[in-house]
Amino acid sequence: MRELLTGNKAAAWGARLADVDYLPVFPITPQTEIIETLAEWIDHGRIDARLTILESEHSMVTAAGAAAATGVRVFTATSSQGLLYAMEMLYNLAGWRVPLVLVNVSRGLSAPITLEPDHNDVLAARDCGFLQLHCTTCQEVLDSVLLGYRLAEDMRVRLPVLVNLDGFYLSFTREPVEIPSAEQVRAFLPPFHPGSNRFAGGTPVSQAVAVLGGTPYSYFRYQAHLASLEAGRIFGRIAQEFEARFGRSFEAVEDYHCDDAEILFVMIGSFASKARAAVDSLRASGQKVGLVRPRLLRPFPVASLVRLFEGKAGVAVVDQNLSNGSGGILHTELAAALYPLSKRPLLVSFVGGLGGRDITAGEFFAMHDVVRRAVGTGQAPPPRLLFTKDELAAVRHMQDIAAGTGETS
Amino acid sequence: MTESADKRCGSAKTGTLAPGTPMCAGCGGLQALHQIYDLLGDRTVFVNAAGCMTLLSIYPYTPFPGSWLYTAMACAPAGAQGIRDALDLLLSKKRIRTKQDLLPVVLTGDGAAYGIGLSATSAAIDRGLDFLYICYDNEGYGNTGHQSSAATPTGARTATSRVDGFAGIKKDLFSIWCAHRPAYVATAIGSEPADLSKKVKKALSLRGPRLLLVLAPCPTGWGFEPARMVDIGKLAVETGSWPLKEYVDGMIRHTHIPSRRVPLEDYLCLQGRFRHLFKPVREDERLSGLQHRVDDYWANLK
Repeated sequence: MRELLTGNKAAAWGARLADVDYLPVFPITPQTEIIETLAEWIDHGRIDARLTILESEHSMVTAAGAAAATGVRVFTATSSQGLLYAMEMLYNLAGWRVPLVLVNVSRGLSAPITLEPDHNDVLAARDCGFLQLHCTTCQEVLDSVLLGYRLAEDMRVRLPVLVNLDGFYLSFTREPVEIPSAEQVRAFLPPFHPGSNRFAGGTPVSQAVAVLGGTPYSYFRYQAHLASLEAGRIFGRIAQEFEARFGRSFEAVEDYHCDDAEILFVMIGSFASKARAAVDSLRASGQKVGLVRPRLLRPFPVASLVRLFEGKAGVAVVDQNLSNGSGGILHTELAAALYPLSKRPLLVSFVGGLGGRDITAGEFFAMHDVVRRAVGTGQAPPPRLLFTKDELAAVRHMQDIAAGTGETS
Repeated sequence: MTESADKRCGSAKTGTLAPGTPMCAGCGGLQALHQIYDLLGDRTVFVNAAGCMTLLSIYPYTPFPGSWLYTAMACAPAGAQGIRDALDLLLSKKRIRTKQDLLPVVLTGDGAAYGIGLSATSAAIDRGLDFLYICYDNEGYGNTGHQSSAATPTGARTATSRVDGFAGIKKDLFSIWCAHRPAYVATAIGSEPADLSKKVKKALSLRGPRLLLVLAPCPTGWGFEPARMVDIGKLAVETGSWPLKEYVDGMIRHTHIPSRRVPLEDYLCLQGRFRHLFKPVREDERLSGLQHRVDDYWANLK
């Protein structure tokens, strides 16, 4: 069945097809459509699940983890400040080693408050122990939820999965989405088996008890790290099975025209479709350019990235996030991953798309020029914020109005 | 307490919670928990918020023959919600049998119950969550060295009110719970075991949100000899400072009304946290202020 779905509806369809049992929820723009859709389906008997409205994301994530530890399949979703409010418990859920899928609809963080997207929210959750999948299309949103459960519930992994989609650019954009049948999905994703480690009378379990000293603490933290690394290998196999069943490729890293490319763009999320269009235009004018798009960000698919980057001349890393006083987070991650290479490409850092700010085709061409020149000189310029003189003038105008000194006509 | 009442309410089992935990000697919270757990039994899952009792289970040991989940300081009721919802789903979808059902029991100190966890608690009561909430109230942040909490009584010295004592008024958590119209709210204390036992049994006979608010005399935080823990607890009740009461069916009922209340200072003078009210000079005005507050409480009952 093929339907026009928003990214939010696609996320809800993913949960519906995964036959989830439990939905602890709390609304936040631009995620709200996901939980409203699921609530409506429950009301009309389309899903046999229970929805509980919690009073905060902190409680929502706690209830989600506790229910998963009791042995039911759990889905929930949040965004931005909500993800940060839940942050304390994200670490706990990873430590509890409970499988579930949490969708984050990316949105810039306060202050100033905004509703529009960038990736500082989801990258703040980078180190919490959740595995992370990043989507560029509405189809990927639905598929990632299904893949997420297969990955999270694998007994060798048993870690929660975060699926990220960009607010507005994906959450409210309709695209044709192939909705698999319930039977097809059941063959790929069997019912949840919690294993023996769950809360039930007659089989007492103590979970997340205190440890004294660094030895047991280090042991448990490191076990979760090893499980994350194992998840990378298992993801590859699950993605192959997914492709065999559904015909859609789901590599940990998508590569587009990389084989003969000299210059590569690296992006995650929905803006990667703009980079893809820019690659097409640049190729049409004879430039050897490609795009690398990590879908899997935790575990970080270092081996795949190294394969794609080795021997390339230059890379434009386009971050839609900003680590104050440092720069783009993906840039740092890639630099670390590529450091051991003897023939490593020159990395140039760009920061753009903050708070939903567009990245234009012209800017992709300009970034390409900057990287070409840097490759020529062998010298990477400092990180650059994508921000035009016109935009600066517009902000100055607002400041004048705010200060009461400007022309408001 | 009469002998027959004691027998009627006496526990069939003792020692459900294993001994040898790292709680302080003379911990009033542990005394109460032993009694409560004997009645609850092992078909329970404790959902714990950070506090003294978090240290009951230290890997790889646990004194609980039932289940246990540590959440975080602010959200134990939400953990109980997730477990209750999941168990209900598993029962309705026949994936577990009735005998595998569990009672979620939130276990927190006053720091979480009166403060950081109050929002999650309020919301869980609003949702009508079927759970038992135990707060062991030692009137301060116990295992971090006894700083003031919202449950600290006026005048008590703590690590964050070292000179004149705590300037605030102990928050009325009992009334806050009652305002939510839950199934059951009770105050109790381990040194009145018959009263405590009746209340645990009453709580177990009901469904919905239920609170046992247990005063937990704390030798290290309050400054008294561990051996005096039961005496101090009895004085908390007999001075009228810790009224034993319960809320059920929309009515508040006192389960014990001291016939002749012992003067409050008999309770205060035994505790290091109130020593500054007696030495080097006796603070008559402050002492009578505290006594008046107790007197007013009982005078306003009618």
